[in-house]
Amino acid sequence: MDLFLSSLEILARWDVFAALVVGSVGGVIVGAMPGVGAAVAIAILLPATFSLEPIVGLTALLGIYGSSMFGGAIPAILINTPGTPVNALTTYDGYPMTRRGEARRALSLAYGASFFGGIFAILCLILLAPVLASIAPMFGAREIFLAALLGIVLVVLTHRGQILAAGMLVCFGIFLKTVGLEGTAYTQRYTFGQTWLASGVDLIVVVLGIFALSQAFFLLTQRDTTYELPPVKGKFLQGLTEIFKYKRLATVGSGFGVICGMIPGVGEFMSQFLSYSYAQRTSKTPDLFGKGNPEGIVASEAANNSVPPAAMIPLLALGIPGEELTAMMLSVFYVHNVIPGPQLFRDQMDFVLALYIALFVLNVLVILFLMTSTNILMQVMRIPSRFLGMMILTFSLIGVYSLRNSLTDCAIAAGFGVFGFILKRLDLPTSPVILGIVLGGLMETKLRTAMTRVNSPLDFIDRPIAFILFAMIILAIGLHITTHLRNRAKDKAHA
Amino acid sequence: MQPDTPTPHVFPTARRPGELLFAMLFLGLSVLLLAQIGWQTQWLPGKGLAAQPRTWPFIGLAGMVLFGALHLLATRRVRRTPGRWAEALVWVRSLEFVAWYLAYVFSVPYLGYLPATLIFCVSLTWRCGYRGRFALVSAAGFGLGVVLFFRTALAAKIPGGAIYELLPAPLNSFFLTYF
Repeated sequence: MDLFLSSLEILARWDVFAALVVGSVGGVIVGAMPGVGAAVAIAILLPATFSLEPIVGLTALLGIYGSSMFGGAIPAILINTPGTPVNALTTYDGYPMTRRGEARRALSLAYGASFFGGIFAILCLILLAPVLASIAPMFGAREIFLAALLGIVLVVLTHRGQILAAGMLVCFGIFLKTVGLEGTAYTQRYTFGQTWLASGVDLIVVVLGIFALSQAFFLLTQRDTTYELPPVKGKFLQGLTEIFKYKRLATVGSGFGVICGMIPGVGEFMSQFLSYSYAQRTSKTPDLFGKGNPEGIVASEAANNSVPPAAMIPLLALGIPGEELTAMMLSVFYVHNVIPGPQLFRDQMDFVLALYIALFVLNVLVILFLMTSTNILMQVMRIPSRFLGMMILTFSLIGVYSLRNSLTDCAIAAGFGVFGFILKRLDLPTSPVILGIVLGGLMETKLRTAMTRVNSPLDFIDRPIAFILFAMIILAIGLHITTHLRNRAKDKAHA
Repeated sequence: MQPDTPTPHVFPTARRPGELLFAMLFLGLSVLLLAQIGWQTQWLPGKGLAAQPRTWPFIGLAGMVLFGALHLLATRRVRRTPGRWAEALVWVRSLEFVAWYLAYVFSVPYLGYLPATLIFCVSLTWRCGYRGRFALVSAAGFGLGVVLFFRTALAAKIPGGAIYELLPAPLNSFFLTYF
């Protein structure tokens, strides 16, 4: 109880609450704008949050992260374009429902499922918190190294159909992190004698380039698309109660979201895919999936919205980000010298709990906002894409320039912007680069520390958690190879 | 994103034009960087492999070369999608907006954040083809809003413009503090 009160005390401040409101509402708006998304918004706002207290900056970013998927469902349902990439599956059933004249019902179901997923995940985390607090100290350098390695392996393996591209991009991230002055022997690595490279490539500069500038270039080089907005009439509250008709799907979908969110490198795509497949498999009307089946909306929205709270687990307990948005948040911790990891769980449990409560409040705020403002919010979809590109480009200056007023940083960010633009044009993933930078750096440090205490490679996995993590890595690779070979054999048999 | 099959596929299923070109460029750069490893990193005598400054750049670059080569091979095996050079031209076209961005960045220390932002927003909007009064006023309003939010309200670290020195003393200090 003391812990709960102490965490409430952290949150009961006007600046924290203001950050939560601005983050939540801002996240919904950003999510509802196709072509912006949470990654762009967080990348831009990240440097601005450095001047704020950690809890204020983090609640603002958490607000954007947790609420963007609520907003992303609006264009997915109304105009068949997902607001954020993780709302892609919502288009399958949401848009056909809109064409049938059931836009309001589809939106209500999406809001209800998202809310259900968010609250389900937070409750799971609050219940799991004491367990995590007892397990986290069992993670030493080798366990964190292996957990980060598992994250790298899963980041690559979960990019189905793009495994080789994800592999080369994650390695590119690992290489980028090594550029500059190395931390122990203080030797230069890949600086080519250039002083501006001695301090390395800043994560924020790369993030801003790859997520924000690239998106601006992408929008600016495109033709404008005009959307016909369908009428949305009726009360959202009535529709929200319909979610109780799909309790089983919402619960299973949220469960997939929690599990996928907790495993580094897996995230929203996999969770909604598993949830949607499960819903289709167990439905009485599987033929209606993709043609406007409400079960499809519930499955995908419950799953994707339960990921953000769960993704905070590896971030807070081990300091390992599961995907690019938590990787960005990690830098806020580092800037304020709050080091996520077992110590944070042991010594600052009230801070961790305060973040969970913030997530809970965020979900309530968002649902209230959506019930009253959806019709006004729809207007943001009318902003022409190139005008949106101009807006992102303008915002990006503050993101890069306010870091250290360096023109070089801006030029580097622009370079990564072009790189990210090419990746986007080719439909190649951008998140492996960021995770490669963050996890690669972590792995180098932890491996060095761990190797001073082991005599042989087998010593590395002689502790229970290290062994489990190692077994999971082998299992993930083994399962992938087996599935790949089986699919190939099946294809050959069909040919 | 209109579904073409009832089976969901959130993962891309086809190659885009230009992917082979990208794969070749990426592999070429990776090989070039790996070839520099002896010159750009050090091997310290008496230290274990994990503590060597060369180890992690090698892991990163070797992975880039290995996956890059496999990706190139995989891309070559897929049926060619026409439009490679047209796609490359789109990549080059993005450089125009890099130039706009860098011009904006370079002008801030001279013109100041507020004037540079207003000029940037309005002129880029004009360049994008939105030439009506509503669009241009919206762009100026947006620029002003950005400056008021980041510089005036959040006191973001942006240097004052050299042009502010030309203003009378009280106005100069006001502009240096808030814009």
